[in-house]
Amino acid sequence: MAGQRRIVIGIGNPNRGDDAAGPAVVRRLRGALPGDTELVEHSGEATALLGLLAGATAAFLVDACASGAPAGTIHRRDLHEGDLPPAAAMLSSHGLGLAAALALARALNQLPPRCIVYAIEGQSFDWGTSLSPPVANAVDAVASRLRAELSETGGVPCTRPC
Amino acid sequence: MTRKTIKVDYLMRVEGEGGLKVVIRDGRVRSAELRIFEPPRFFEALLRGRAFAEAPDITARICGICPVAYQMSAVHAIENALGIAVTGPLRELRRLLYCGEWIESHTLHIYMLHAPDFLGYPGAVEMARDHADIVRRGLSLKKAGNEIMALLGGREIHPINVRVGGFYRTPRRRELETLAERLKWAREAAIETVRWTAGFDFPARERDYTFVALRHAREYPFNEGHIVSNRGLDITAAQYDEHFEETHVARSTALYSRLRGGGTYLVGPLARYSLNYDRLSPLAQEMAREAGLGPSCANPYRSILVRAIEVLYACDEALRLIAAYQEPEFPAVAVEPRAGTGFAATEAPRGLLYHRYRLLPDGTIADARIVPPTAQNQACIEEDLASFIGGFLSLPEEALRQRCEQTVRNYDPCISCAAHFLRLEIDRG
Repeated sequence: MAGQRRIVIGIGNPNRGDDAAGPAVVRRLRGALPGDTELVEHSGEATALLGLLAGATAAFLVDACASGAPAGTIHRRDLHEGDLPPAAAMLSSHGLGLAAALALARALNQLPPRCIVYAIEGQSFDWGTSLSPPVANAVDAVASRLRAELSETGGVPCTRPC
Repeated sequence: MTRKTIKVDYLMRVEGEGGLKVVIRDGRVRSAELRIFEPPRFFEALLRGRAFAEAPDITARICGICPVAYQMSAVHAIENALGIAVTGPLRELRRLLYCGEWIESHTLHIYMLHAPDFLGYPGAVEMARDHADIVRRGLSLKKAGNEIMALLGGREIHPINVRVGGFYRTPRRRELETLAERLKWAREAAIETVRWTAGFDFPARERDYTFVALRHAREYPFNEGHIVSNRGLDITAAQYDEHFEETHVARSTALYSRLRGGGTYLVGPLARYSLNYDRLSPLAQEMAREAGLGPSCANPYRSILVRAIEVLYACDEALRLIAAYQEPEFPAVAVEPRAGTGFAATEAPRGLLYHRYRLLPDGTIADARIVPPTAQNQACIEEDLASFIGGFLSLPEEALRQRCEQTVRNYDPCISCAAHFLRLEIDRG
C-alpha cells in the first residue's frame, strides 16, 4: 500500500544457541508474507537498528531474552504502551541493543507509528547453531502470530498520526 | 573507615560484558581488577584445521564492531606466511575499508558511549532527549562509515568481500564517487565533533605511559608499519612474540600482555596519536591544535577528543583515497598455498591487533594466535583506576562509580570481542 513500509526484524546471533530465535522467525516467514513486507536478520546493534526503523510505518522486532521465565515463553510488547523493561537491554546479548535502539528512536521522535516487540525466552546461549526444543516451538508460534498480525494489519491502519 | 560496598550490577556503554572490582582501604585504592572473558581464545582453537582462505570470514565474527580489524590482521598475516604482497589499488582499498571502520566505531563510542559521561547523563538515550540534533549528527556520521564498509565489505556487519590476496569484487570508480559527497559532509561533521568534544571538562590526570602503536614511513597507520614505542622499541610484527608476553591471571579468562621486562603498555588512539602526530593530514593537525592538543597526549580522559581527531583524519584520508582510485585489473592477486608462519599487526580502532598463523603445505591452519587490543590494555586500565580513583574518593558514591566507569570507557574496551556483562563493584572495606 502506498506510503506504508512494513518491516520484520529478527535480532540475534545465529551461532549462539537460542539467541538465534529472532533470525529463525524471519527465516520461517520468508515467502509466507506479502511481498512488500521487508524481512531482515540483524545483529541488534542499536544505531544500525535505528536506521532500519527510520521511515517504517509498522515494525515488528523479534529477539531472544532471558528474564527468568520458562524457556520458550513468548513476551509481546507494544512500544506505544511503554518502553521495554530496562533489564531487557542487558538480557539481550548485544550490548547497546534493542531496548536502547527503541528508547533512542522515541527520544528522537522516530518510533514507527506501529512498533511491536516479541521476545522469546531462551534457555542456552552457548556457541552452537541449534535451538533448544521449547524455543524452536516458540519460534513456530511467533511466526504464526506474526503472519496473523501482518494479515490483519494488511493495510496497517495508523493508530496515531503519521 | 565504615564498611561500605558499592555495587553496579552491569556497567553499560562498553562493548560487551565483563567485570570490575575496586577495593578501597583507609582512603586509598588498594586494588582495581578488570575481569573479562575472551572468545578470541575460542576462535584460535576454531581456526586450527581450517583452510587459510576461511580465516578472514571466521575472525570477522569475533567482533561486530571491528570486524575489519580482524580481517585485516588475518589477511596480512596469512599473506606474510605465503610470501605475497598486496600493493597498488588493492592496498589502497584496504586502507579505505579501515577508514570506514574507524569512522563507525569511533563515532559510536564518542557519541553513544562516552559523551554522556562528560555531559552528566546516564546514557545516550537521556542525552538524546536534550541534544537530539547532536545525536542525529553522530548517527549520520557513523552511518557514513558504515556505508564505506557496506560498499567495500559487501555488507555493514561481518563483511564478506575481503579475501587473502585482495577482494572478491572491487568497486567501480563511480561507486566510490557516490561515497565522496557523503564523506564531504562527514568531514564537516567530524570537524564539528572535534569542536564539540574539545569543550568537555576533562579531569586533569596524566600518566607516564609506554605507548605502543604501528608507525609507517608516510602514513598514519592502519595496516602496515613497524611496531614502535616512545621508549625506543622498533620491531616488525614477526618479532612481536620476542618482545611481548602474555600471562594468565586467575580472575580473568583474558591473558594479560606485558612488554618482556618492560611492564605494561598502552595501545589505541592516545598511543597512535602520540607516536604519529606528524603523519596526520594537515587538516587533522590543524584541528588538533585548535582543540588544544599538543603533538602527544597522556591524559586518557582526552581520548574522546583524540578519537574525534582520528575520525576527521579517516574522513579526510577516505576522500583522498577515493579521488586517487584507479580500478584494478584483478580483484585479488594469485595465491598459492605453502607451509610457513606469518605475522601481522594492524590498528583496530581500539589499538594494535596482532595475529600469527602457521600453515601446513596445503594451506591448512596448524596454529593461530590472536592478541586483541583490549587484552593488551587490560593492565593499563587497572593502573589508571588505581592511580586516578584515589583522587576522586571525596565524590558522592554515585559520581565516584560513574567516574570509575568513565575511566574504563576511556579505552573503548571491546569486551564483546569478548563476552558479557561488566559488573562494577567498589569495596570500601
